[in-house]
Amino acid sequence: MGWPAAALVFAALVVVPVGFLAVSVLSPSVDVWQQQWATRLPRQLVDTAVLLIGVSIGSVGLGSSLAWLVSAYRFPGSSVFGWILIAPLAMPSYVLGFVTLSVIGFTGPVQGAWRELFGADAWFPPVRSMGGAIVVFTLVLYPYVFLLARAALAEQAGSAYQVARSLGAGPTEAARRVMLPLLRPAIAAGAAVVMMETLTDFATVQYFGVDTISVGVFRIWRGTFDRDAASEFATLVLVVALMVIGLERALRGRARFGQAAGAAAGIEPRSLRGWRGVAACAACALVLVLSFGAPTLQLIVWAVQEATGPRGTPLVERFVDFLTNSVILASLTAAVCVIAAVVITNASRFGQARTTGAAARLTAFGYAVPGPVVAMGVVLTLVALDNALESIGLGLPGAVATGSLIGLVYAYSVRFLAPGLNAIESGMAQVPEEVTASARSLGARPWSVVGRIHVPLARSSVITGAVLVAVDALKELPIALLLRPIGFNTLPIWTYNLASESRFEQAALPAIAIIVVAMVPVALLSRQLNPRAGTP
Amino acid sequence: MHSRALIFGLVTAAVLILSACSSSDEDTIRIYTGRHYDLEEAFTQYAEETGVSIEFLEGSDAELRERIAAEGEDTEADIYMTVDAGNLAIATQQGIFQEIDSPVLDDAIPEALRDPDGYWYAFSARARTIVYSPERVSAEELPTTYEELAQPEWQGRVCLRNSSNTYTQSLVASLIGNVGYDEALTIVSGWADNAEILPNDVIALNSVADGLCDVAIVNHYYLARLLEDDGSFPVELVWADQAGRGTHVNISGAGVTKFADDPQLAQDFLEWLGTEGQSAFVDGNHEYPVNPDVAPEALIATTFGETFVADDLNAAEFGSLNADAVRLLDEAGYE
Amino acid sequence: MSTAAPLEIQALVTSFGSVIAVDGVDLTLGSNELLALVGPSGCGKSTLLRTIAGLVAADAGTIRLGGELVEDGSVRLPPERRPAGLVFQEHALFPHLSVRDNVGFGLRDMPRSEIDDRVAEMLSLIGLGEHGARYPHELSGGERQRVALARALAPRPALMLFDEPFASLDHNLRVQLRHDVVAALKATGTPAVFVTHDQREALTIGDRIAVMRAGRIVQIDSAPVVFHRPIDQFVASFMGEASFLPIVDVATRPHTALGPLDVDLDRTTTEHATMSAMIRPDDVQFTPTVSGEAEVISRHYFGSGWLVTVQLPDASTVMVVTSHLEPPEIGERGDLALVPGHSQVVVPRHRPEPDSPTS
Repeated sequence: MGWPAAALVFAALVVVPVGFLAVSVLSPSVDVWQQQWATRLPRQLVDTAVLLIGVSIGSVGLGSSLAWLVSAYRFPGSSVFGWILIAPLAMPSYVLGFVTLSVIGFTGPVQGAWRELFGADAWFPPVRSMGGAIVVFTLVLYPYVFLLARAALAEQAGSAYQVARSLGAGPTEAARRVMLPLLRPAIAAGAAVVMMETLTDFATVQYFGVDTISVGVFRIWRGTFDRDAASEFATLVLVVALMVIGLERALRGRARFGQAAGAAAGIEPRSLRGWRGVAACAACALVLVLSFGAPTLQLIVWAVQEATGPRGTPLVERFVDFLTNSVILASLTAAVCVIAAVVITNASRFGQARTTGAAARLTAFGYAVPGPVVAMGVVLTLVALDNALESIGLGLPGAVATGSLIGLVYAYSVRFLAPGLNAIESGMAQVPEEVTASARSLGARPWSVVGRIHVPLARSSVITGAVLVAVDALKELPIALLLRPIGFNTLPIWTYNLASESRFEQAALPAIAIIVVAMVPVALLSRQLNPRAGTP
Repeated sequence: MHSRALIFGLVTAAVLILSACSSSDEDTIRIYTGRHYDLEEAFTQYAEETGVSIEFLEGSDAELRERIAAEGEDTEADIYMTVDAGNLAIATQQGIFQEIDSPVLDDAIPEALRDPDGYWYAFSARARTIVYSPERVSAEELPTTYEELAQPEWQGRVCLRNSSNTYTQSLVASLIGNVGYDEALTIVSGWADNAEILPNDVIALNSVADGLCDVAIVNHYYLARLLEDDGSFPVELVWADQAGRGTHVNISGAGVTKFADDPQLAQDFLEWLGTEGQSAFVDGNHEYPVNPDVAPEALIATTFGETFVADDLNAAEFGSLNADAVRLLDEAGYE
Repeated sequence: MSTAAPLEIQALVTSFGSVIAVDGVDLTLGSNELLALVGPSGCGKSTLLRTIAGLVAADAGTIRLGGELVEDGSVRLPPERRPAGLVFQEHALFPHLSVRDNVGFGLRDMPRSEIDDRVAEMLSLIGLGEHGARYPHELSGGERQRVALARALAPRPALMLFDEPFASLDHNLRVQLRHDVVAALKATGTPAVFVTHDQREALTIGDRIAVMRAGRIVQIDSAPVVFHRPIDQFVASFMGEASFLPIVDVATRPHTALGPLDVDLDRTTTEHATMSAMIRPDDVQFTPTVSGEAEVISRHYFGSGWLVTVQLPDASTVMVVTSHLEPPEIGERGDLALVPGHSQVVVPRHRPEPDSPTS
């Protein structure tokens, strides 16, 4: 009884800030919609669709083929690539965006050298373009597909692949006819995450001159100062996100209910010899270099230049402060999201599965809304709460939403609960109902079952969930920008302040710090992917 | 058991963090600022001189403004500072500012650069003007007005910043204020036909240097910044419209918030910014002082000139036209 | 031990949406009694067990455990408050806990030393005294099931509930474990309900056997009674191989194709049309003769003999056990005769349903 109620409360906490958007639709700003429809909106819709489709095709292609490569074959470095290929998770897309533009953009050294060699009018693929944006997003987002596809390959695909081969299917045919359908739920889930991340971005796309509907929301908000109209356009983003979720559900089919418990084995990898092995190794290395190695190196070069340049070393004092803030914020958010996710996933074990299932679906909303919109929703929610409390004489001191970390952690949790929940849900699905029943019949109360049995058993997925949330929280910019208490700055804010003024050399150090800090949880995740790390 | 301990720990940690954040000292001015040029020299200097400490929160103008509005009387902000006039005008409408009565500021800052009722004042001026490559643009074809860049002969030779940017919007707003919506639309449509639209001014300047385009419209201090690092940077500046209205100047301004803890303390600071503190405030970012008695820093004074004819359209006026500018940019098909 | 029955169920109904899984069950368990609950898949036996454990909510009816009301319209105790131990087919051990910690899981509010003693006692009861430090994945299937039993018994439940506990084990292990489990239950004086679909297992374990069909208990009796005096053809076939021969000439000289019926029949009723005589395969003998009336139509080897199906002239078939090394060939003819001393049983085709007006 208590559990479903708690799950519903968590769901409500996520939905209410988003709900403030929905309210705005009730009194539509018709003139703004008409004006936008007559001018920018059609193009924005098309661009958004092209971007989402391009990035998901890119990420699914890259992520699942890399997962297949490291799972089905043995080649030089394959076991290392098996886990290190998720490293780009630590790279914020806006950082890769500005590094890409300044290195291979028109004014960067690469095109400079190109013009030296082939003349001023030599053709070079346009970097600041839709294509450029798709490539950059693909490079930082493919790990989501890789991660899920690889887990699926490791956990369940082995016997099916062998059976397919024994029935006379060649490797390619087996992959196409058996593996792809089997992996479809994982790939669909990964693609949905990729699309959400792309859809809600508004910083990276602007570097590349791609005008998406998220950008539209900010143009209206910041440019015409019309928050109501901006909220209405944000619901458009939400609608697209719901379409993505619907698409994912459809692609997943009923597979999520048919998960076999335990036993199934992974694919036995075959050795690739000679040039094939080298080619496989080179392909993995190339992706890693482009998405992670080269940009990080460029950032290091800039940071060193800056440190040794005329402006002198960056201020270490602030640096430590920002770093601490980022870590505190990411940890708190991860903790809150894990607790909420554990409650929501367990509620269906201790109560009516239908209501809590719906609650779980609702929490996905937060992930579908761009950060600043969530932030504004949280402010409005907390202010409304504060006013309600004040009217009954229980006013909270100060500005709750923005004067403390409460609003910040709340908004982060609204935004990032979904990825954490998904991971923990899939882990809990592996814990048989009988185990829960046994523990309860032995007198353990639900909390005790969760603490002593479920969380330890689903430990790896709880860690995965916490990591995904923490990594997202470490990179998150717009919410912190809007909601942080005065004096509370994070690494992305510092990076953004400098990068938005094109002071890339100065932005390099905090950008590196984000990557380094985000690498910690990512490495934790990598350890789980590394079969040799094993279980205790 | 573990989970309970974990939750207890988290709650304790949260409470500690929260309490650490909600200190409310005397003699501290808290500023929400849309300027993010790293550390503000002026703030540090004022703190050193007076012992009043300054805390600030950087963000975008619009979001900070919404935040102050939402925080209401609980806001910590004593001063709201922007990089653009539009948000000052809206903030005034929203009732975020309180009127201040400061003969010092009224005396120091020209009328066009402050609110007539004393809700806000400008503290630095940033000119948005034309830059060009002296190698590829000859003296006779050098454009001297914004309108010229809409002419067909500049097809493919112009770099402009995207329409989501405040600076683009306020330039267009000033065009609307000066020549009216329809003519402004013709000009901006011409720009859209001619120009490569770029995400920021630095890229625009580098693009002129590297030959992607021959002219661009940028804020003057970006060029100053590049020249500071590389004295031979091959881009030069021309003050736009010197024979006509003058160059479009946007401002960075501030006012005392309605619910400031100690309005006098905040006002004292703003008065300092407008007078003794002018150089400290503007020089770090190569901006022009708004106080006519204060000389611009040596770099811009020698390279760009001490003075130029500035468009005297009141900042409040083009600020209030910002929303129209955004719609006009949409209509013009400006990316 | 209290005087109240360890388990008392009245008019219990459990449904999932529109599907009624348990449809009005009454059941009372005696002290120390082991009850086997059998029935085909989907008959509701597992649901009944889970309702008793509190894992599934009942729609109506009451459940008392050791006299305590645990379920009725207003009261519904959660599983952890019900003094019932559970053992599942898939043992459901906690894989991250050692054997000792698994067994000690349900022991609380007692000093550490007492817990240790109780765990040791339980482990020696199931013969795994040396395995306390191992983890579930280091045990064999049978050992895991023993640990699951010890774990459930450790908190001294008033009642044990087993859901297909031996189904995943191989035959020999199953027999051995079945024996040990019954011994452990008897040693601790713990009453139990075993859910199984294996009638042989039910016959071995149960002091009484409850046969379920479509959500109802159709018969509940001791093992010999259920086997030899089934209430209808369904129970008869479910509990073991059986052939049914129609009864003819009820009024004058009731007999079957195998000869006269040695049972007293109420010759006045008309229900005999739906009655038949039940023949277990060991009730008859087949003797090959060239001119015999019966013809062999199939045969199956089951180790200790052959199960032969023969067809009588009236087209009815009868299953017979032969222990011959050389079984009769298919198509071979012979004579079929009742084994002297085996009494015949007359069963209705369907269980008589006094409460329902028709059918």
